[in-house]
Formats: sequence, C-alpha cells, structure tokens
Amino acid sequence: MADFFFGLPVVVQAVVKGLAVILFIFPVAAACSMAERKVSAWIQRRPGPNRSIPPFLVGIPGTRFLQRLGLWQLMADGGKFVFKEEPLPDHVHRVYYTLAPVIAMVPAFTTVTVVPFGAYLDPHGGVVPLVLANVDIGILAVFAVASLGIYSLILAGWASNSKYPFLGGVRASAQLISYELSMTLSVLPVFLWVNEPGSSGSLSLARVVAFQSGTSGWGGAWFLFTMPVSALIFAVALFAETNRQPFDMPESEADLVGGFHTEYGAFKWSLFFVAEYANMIVGSAVFSLLFLGGWNLLPWLPLATLMEGLHHVTGWAFWLHPLAVGLVSIAIFVAKVLATIFVFMWVRWTVPRFRYDQVMRIGWQKLLPLSIANLIAYAVGIYFLQG
Amino acid sequence: MAVIQVQRKTLTLVERAYLPQIFGGMLTTIKHFLRPAETMEYPEERPAIPPGYRGVPTLVMDPHGREKCVSCQLCEFVCPPKAIRIVPGSVAAGAGVDHVEKAPQAFDIDMLRCIYCGLCEEVCPEEAIVLQTQYSTSGYSRAELVNHKDRLYELGGTLPDKHFKWDVKKAAEERAGGRH
Repeated sequence: MADFFFGLPVVVQAVVKGLAVILFIFPVAAACSMAERKVSAWIQRRPGPNRSIPPFLVGIPGTRFLQRLGLWQLMADGGKFVFKEEPLPDHVHRVYYTLAPVIAMVPAFTTVTVVPFGAYLDPHGGVVPLVLANVDIGILAVFAVASLGIYSLILAGWASNSKYPFLGGVRASAQLISYELSMTLSVLPVFLWVNEPGSSGSLSLARVVAFQSGTSGWGGAWFLFTMPVSALIFAVALFAETNRQPFDMPESEADLVGGFHTEYGAFKWSLFFVAEYANMIVGSAVFSLLFLGGWNLLPWLPLATLMEGLHHVTGWAFWLHPLAVGLVSIAIFVAKVLATIFVFMWVRWTVPRFRYDQVMRIGWQKLLPLSIANLIAYAVGIYFLQG
Repeated sequence: MAVIQVQRKTLTLVERAYLPQIFGGMLTTIKHFLRPAETMEYPEERPAIPPGYRGVPTLVMDPHGREKCVSCQLCEFVCPPKAIRIVPGSVAAGAGVDHVEKAPQAFDIDMLRCIYCGLCEEVCPEEAIVLQTQYSTSGYSRAELVNHKDRLYELGGTLPDKHFKWDVKKAAEERAGGRH
C-alpha cells in the first residue's frame, strides 16, 4: 500500500494528500460549527439544535442520540448552503467577490499540511512524526501561510463595495498586523530553548514535541509550565489572529452588520466559516504542539514510555506496533486539540467583544512590550541554562 | 449644593490586568455549562398552569349538563375589543331550565380580537363564561379563529358548581308558593 502510494507520480501524490486534507478538515470544521452552537447553548442553559432528523431514520436505535446532538441539523445546514441560491449583488466587483472565499480556504488548508498530528516508533525506537509535509521551517511556514488568510478578508471587504464590509476588512488587516508581532515574539523563546547550542537549528514543530518528550528535568515539562507567559501571549494572539471573540472586530455584528461577510450568502458565506474553523483547528494544533506537549500524554510521560509501559503491563506486543502507537498518539493529540478548541468556544461565550481602540491598545501597548520583555528574560535565562 | 461629587474608584492592578476577571467569568460559564438546561422543550413538555390563569374564554355547563349561559349579553357589552357576539334565543322546552327565559342561539368569540382581559368572566352573573387553561390558539384562516358556540362548550366542558343558583332559586320559589 505504502509502496504503491510512493510509486505514484509526485503530482498524483500531492492531489491525494490534498484531497485527504480537504475531506478531513471540511467535515471537522463543519462539526466545529455545530459544536460551537451546542457549547453556546449549554453555557446559556439551552438544549441547542436537537430537532432535525431525516424521516426515514426516525425510530432507529442510536439515531435519537445523534438527533439530540444536532448531527442532522449540521447536515441540513450543509445541504442548504450547497443548494440555496447564490446571491451576487449588483454593486460588487464580481471577480474578487467570488475569489475572496476561495482565498480564505487556501491558507486554512495549506497550513494543515505542515502540522504534525501524531507519531509512531520506528524499529530502532526513534519517534517519527506523522505529517503530510515534514518541512524543516515548520512554524515559519504556518505563520507565513496563515497570514495570507487576511487577504481574503481584505478582498471580501473591498470587493463587496459597501461601507460595513470595507470597515470590517480594514479592521481585520490592522488587527492581524498588530498581533502577528506578539505572536511571533512569544514563540521565539520556545525555539531558543529547543535549538541548543551545537545542534543543527530547526523550526520544525515535531522538534519542539521531541524536546517536550523527555522523561526528566526541563525537557519533560511542557512549555505551558516552563513558559506560561509565552503561552498566554500566544493564546491571546491566536484569538486575535483567528478573529475569535473577544477579538472578532472584522465581524462585529453589533456595529458592522456582519463585517466583511455582510454581502455574502449561501455557499460563499459558509466557505468563510469553514475557513475560520479550519484556522482555529490549525491554531489549536500549533498551540498543542508548542505548549501542551503534542502527542505526549502527561508531562514527563512521553509517548514512547507510555507505549512501553502499556506493553509491559498488559504483555501485548501489539502496543509497540507502529499502527497502535500512531493511533494512540493521534488520539492524544486530537483530544488536546479538541480541548483547546473547547476553550476557544468557552471564552467566546464568556467574554464580551472588545472595543476597537481596546484591541489596538492591548496589542501594541500591552502584549508587544510583554512579549519583548518575555523574550529577553528567557534569552538571558536560556543563556545561563545552556551556555 | 445639590451636586454630589463622587470620587471614581481607581482600578486595582488585578482589575486592570483583566485576566482574573476573564477567568472568573469562565468559572461562571462552566458552572452553567455543567448544569441541566433551564428551558422547556415545548410541544413535548408543557408548562404548569398556575391557578387563576387567564387562557382562552370558554362556555361551561353545570354538573347537570345544563347550559349556564342565559344570554344576558353583559359580556358582549363589557368586552373591550368587542370580540363577543351573542344572538339570544328562546329556551328549548324540556331542557330542564324552564325558569330561565333565554339561551344563546349563537355565541361567537373572535380570538383574533380577544385580549384575554377576563372582564367577561368577571361580569357574568351565571359564571357561564370562564377563562380556562388553554393558551395556544392557531388556525389557517380568520374564520377558523372565531370560536362558535359548540366549540366554546367543547373547550369549556363542565365545571363543578359551588352555588347551584338555579336549584336554590327554584326551591325558594316552590317554598313561597310560586312567588319570586
């Protein structure tokens, strides 16, 4: 199977991988939108969407539970977005208006490819990350491509040729620039620490996880605990970058109708939302990799030790099979990502939206100096630790 | 003199940091997240109707199955939105209500006009019109939303009677030898 796949032309391989990403991220992002509705409902003490069900499924055991979870509502919404009329207002720039949602999808799906999502053990006991494109620039690729996502918002705002989308687009660009700096500066200490003197430098995310896979000392502790300030700044900047509440200035339905997507409807509108959730998934994944130890179960309990322990306790050789290790690592990692996404939603339904000037003040006057001070403090600390 | 100068309290460092406030808020929301829903899933679950509830006005019968309404038209006169229309008629012979002069030939309540004020119930000398517990009214046409007499009795049913006013009057009349 693997040999057959790697025997295919590179272009076909790329297409297969791309389709795999789309087929995975699209439903997951859609499911996140339903999760969002359910979480908001439960926080507000409502049951949430729980009615829709296809008539031919009524009464079949098990479907009732899915109905209560709103699964069929999700499918009904998806079907509606595909089949309803695509409005194209007269006053828009048609080409760019149509292009904007597509551009929103591209960075959202591209960044997924460089994010490792699991690992397996090779015969020599080494940990090999599972990733679609294991590029050495890792985090840089994520930052570089994710920043392109803002073009879709600006383009949508401008192409809509109407004042509220335009303001939304302007806010989006200003907000992204403001928080990009703090975000990058907040992860620098992580990579300073990971790239010890004498080792070959790397920005790979898998490397960060490998560093957090130690069984003792600093190496085993997750960066969340050794660098809480970095983690905090990164998390806040992530909220701003993914335009999530309390930083959803570009949407800001109270003062901007719908922000950049005011003039959009039907499938184009849903593309923006799939892109937003895909960005959120990637952001949560990166946060889990950098600060939550990736696919390691607990601090000082890395994947390899866990699987050997399971093998030792149960006596099943199966636990050391690459497939088992891979599945367990993916399960641990996905659990962390979902937990992080839940925190995103939890915050959204707790905190009111900031005012625009507050967003700017937090970004430039609070987070940026804090991240610079954090970088300097850790640089000095790491110098004494490793030098 | 009348103006009281209030010193605005300065925020403490913790308050200005804002994060503790956010975490406090998140603690509140997670508490609600873990509790059961406060809302009612309506068509399956129905709210408990408190006593004295003013639902749809209905006509009721007494425990002997007699029509209580005597077609006095007081409710029609008192009804603020003029939702009630009554056509008085004579009492059918042998209905067991011989001492009553009239009964409604037609009794219509337009539920598109009714404001559920309960004045009709209050004014009725016979306790024949009662606002009961039905709160949900729907229909596809205006005509459908006018409750006619048969519908009103169907909604109202029979209510227990505390006074048996007619029986008391009839007994008194017989005791007095035919005089009112």
